[in-house]
Amino acid sequence: MYEFDWSSIPGALPFLWDGMKISLEITLLSVVVGIVWGTLLAMMRLSSIKPLSLFAAGYVNLFRAVPLVMVLLWFFLIVPKFIEQLFNLPPGTDLRLTSAMIGFALFESAYYSEIIRAGIQSVPKGQMAACQALGMNYTQSMRLVILPQAFRNMIPLLLTQAIILFQDTSLVYVSALADFFGAAYKVGDRDGRLVEMLLFAGAVYFVLCFAASTLVKRLQKKYHPA
Amino acid sequence: MNYQWNWHVFLQPTASGDDVYLGWMLSGLQMTVMLSLSAWVIALLLGALMGVLRTVPNKLLSGLATAYVELFRNIPLLVQLFIWYFVLPELLPEAIGNAFKQSNPVFQQFLAAMVCLGLFTSARVAEQVRSGINSLPRGQKNAGLALGLTLPQTYRFVMLPMAFRLIVPPLTSEFLNIFKNSAVCSTIGLLELAAQGRQLVDYTAQPYESFIAVTVAYVAINVIVMTLMKKMEDKVRVPGYMGGK
Amino acid sequence: MKRIALAAVLAAVFSTAVIPPVFAQEASTLKKIKDTGSITLGHRESSIPFSYYDDKQQVIGYSHELMLKVVDAVKADLKLAKLDTKLMPVTSANRITLIQNGTVDIECGSTTNNLERQKQVAFSSTIFVIGTKLMVKKTSGINDFEDLAGKNVVTTAGTTSERLIRKMNEDKQMKMNVISAKDHGESFLTLETGRAVAFMMDDALLYGEMAKAKRPAEWAVVGTAQSKEAYGCMLRKDDAAFKKVVDAALTKAMTSGDAEKIYNKWFMNPIPPKGLNLNMPLSAEMKALYKAPNDKAYE
Repeated sequence: MYEFDWSSIPGALPFLWDGMKISLEITLLSVVVGIVWGTLLAMMRLSSIKPLSLFAAGYVNLFRAVPLVMVLLWFFLIVPKFIEQLFNLPPGTDLRLTSAMIGFALFESAYYSEIIRAGIQSVPKGQMAACQALGMNYTQSMRLVILPQAFRNMIPLLLTQAIILFQDTSLVYVSALADFFGAAYKVGDRDGRLVEMLLFAGAVYFVLCFAASTLVKRLQKKYHPA
Repeated sequence: MNYQWNWHVFLQPTASGDDVYLGWMLSGLQMTVMLSLSAWVIALLLGALMGVLRTVPNKLLSGLATAYVELFRNIPLLVQLFIWYFVLPELLPEAIGNAFKQSNPVFQQFLAAMVCLGLFTSARVAEQVRSGINSLPRGQKNAGLALGLTLPQTYRFVMLPMAFRLIVPPLTSEFLNIFKNSAVCSTIGLLELAAQGRQLVDYTAQPYESFIAVTVAYVAINVIVMTLMKKMEDKVRVPGYMGGK
Repeated sequence: MKRIALAAVLAAVFSTAVIPPVFAQEASTLKKIKDTGSITLGHRESSIPFSYYDDKQQVIGYSHELMLKVVDAVKADLKLAKLDTKLMPVTSANRITLIQNGTVDIECGSTTNNLERQKQVAFSSTIFVIGTKLMVKKTSGINDFEDLAGKNVVTTAGTTSERLIRKMNEDKQMKMNVISAKDHGESFLTLETGRAVAFMMDDALLYGEMAKAKRPAEWAVVGTAQSKEAYGCMLRKDDAAFKKVVDAALTKAMTSGDAEKIYNKWFMNPIPPKGLNLNMPLSAEMKALYKAPNDKAYE
């Protein structure tokens, strides 16, 4: 029988908290960028301008075709050099967090854009026709009529995706970035207490994500009383 | 230019001399496909069961199914995998745990990865099944019951056939996810595609060729699965529903 | 649908096609250090006692101290009043790429100098010589490699040990099941939980892992060393000026006796995090190295 020894946890709490802040930072930024860029992608995909819809389709399908771990590796090893040259940064600037964030945001945008596209499509077509009959142009009808309704329908899905994203941040271990999971793993590795630290990390993720998904469900009930 | 491109690396014999490096990549690809398909079977069966249970009137059953779904949905895959592989055998009775741990490691890794991916995905499948069932008009269930069918019969003959046809598109994306998520299983030493790619880097110090090859392989899997599923979606599409155009 | 698939494939091809120009840069590391006033050091996170985190998340260890000596020498050589040092954790899987793409200027940890790697990176003078051995439970009855036939053996992915044990398995038909764990921590966990009867790795690292065990006294390092390996600091290829400064600093540390003092601190005295003493006396190879530093690979 394995002997559990939890003694590493108390001393490691500040380090773990720093990791949690990184996880939350990445999640928050990716959600915001993901929704904005995802909305644009969804609109491009649905637009009647061929090059735009093809670009959006290619983008979304490419990012959805590759495992997140691979995307993060690409962004960790190759993209930082681009960024350096683009913004003329001194070489060796620690871009791990930035590139992880960009990688996440671009990756998640593909997923958000699919949710948003479905949301837009769930609004009856007649509404678009009605807007145009009222003399609104495309942008106006999207902004004032279609998107507000679409977003209202989508909020639970968007939030659920955010919870998934938060769990996925654990994959930044590929860039040796100390997010919450990475921090827990490092402490476990250093002290020879991997099993304990991973169980602890699992419990923390469960409590946070379960609480968040319960909140989302409440919200869903409020918007769509069954 | 510091980097020495060398695409011939895939045709060079490996360090242990049993194969060429391309052979490693192909065996990794094979492992990824086998793992994903077998995990998908588990995910579909358990997911369908749990999804149905979540919609039944029995409070105990639906509560259990809800707990199941919440448990597997709210812990990151990486952590779940670690728990299946490293922690669970320690909690089993010592004789069983030891027998398992001393068996062939590839078998252990594959089993842990398959069960982990299968259960992780089954929670997501269950959610799709539940929302498929809930999206059916209530009249269907009532009509089935009014015809004298029992509740299980109503599910079997009326609701599930319809619900499954409705949820094929979201299931497609879960199916694609299982291939991508299988990349995480390299962390317990299972030699699937991503792991073989990394091993190639370790042995040849040619990282970019390997990254590109692995990325292209995943894209290829994705395109093939999407094409096949699209055919199936067209076949099972329910006329008159959104998405049916 | 077909068009979407095609677009995805095209996008993939396109994105790979535009990569190569990125590497066209980095002439001289010294110039870069001088221009930016900073140097980026690659370190390991749990290569005890070479390069690892203590309980305050500070990087410490034998290789790390030698690397800091190099930094001082670079600073003196460039006559800089101030030199910023940036620390970047690296793993076995990404260390070569990070040196190549210019993210990290020098990495001193536990990296073996071998001929394949020399095609992609350069190595400094050797800083440590190890032998690859086995860690086993004292009660296991395993004393050397021939006792491993038909058993489960763990090693860390991407190491020379992995290569050696696989080759031995093929050559001698030993029917071992070789487990390749992600890092040394996971390898030791595999050994500790009884999944494998032995953990093959560089002897110094095995002593380091032993220091983390719940009951260090239960474990032993055994076996005839399967290979001798030279650890070196990794540098970018074709940068003779930088290598000269690095080698000079390391040679001075070794011949002056400083390196031996550092050795004693990490291998003959209690070390963090648990205050365990590795008790690994200076080997004949190490004594020879300190007397006549060189950058030869053993392979």
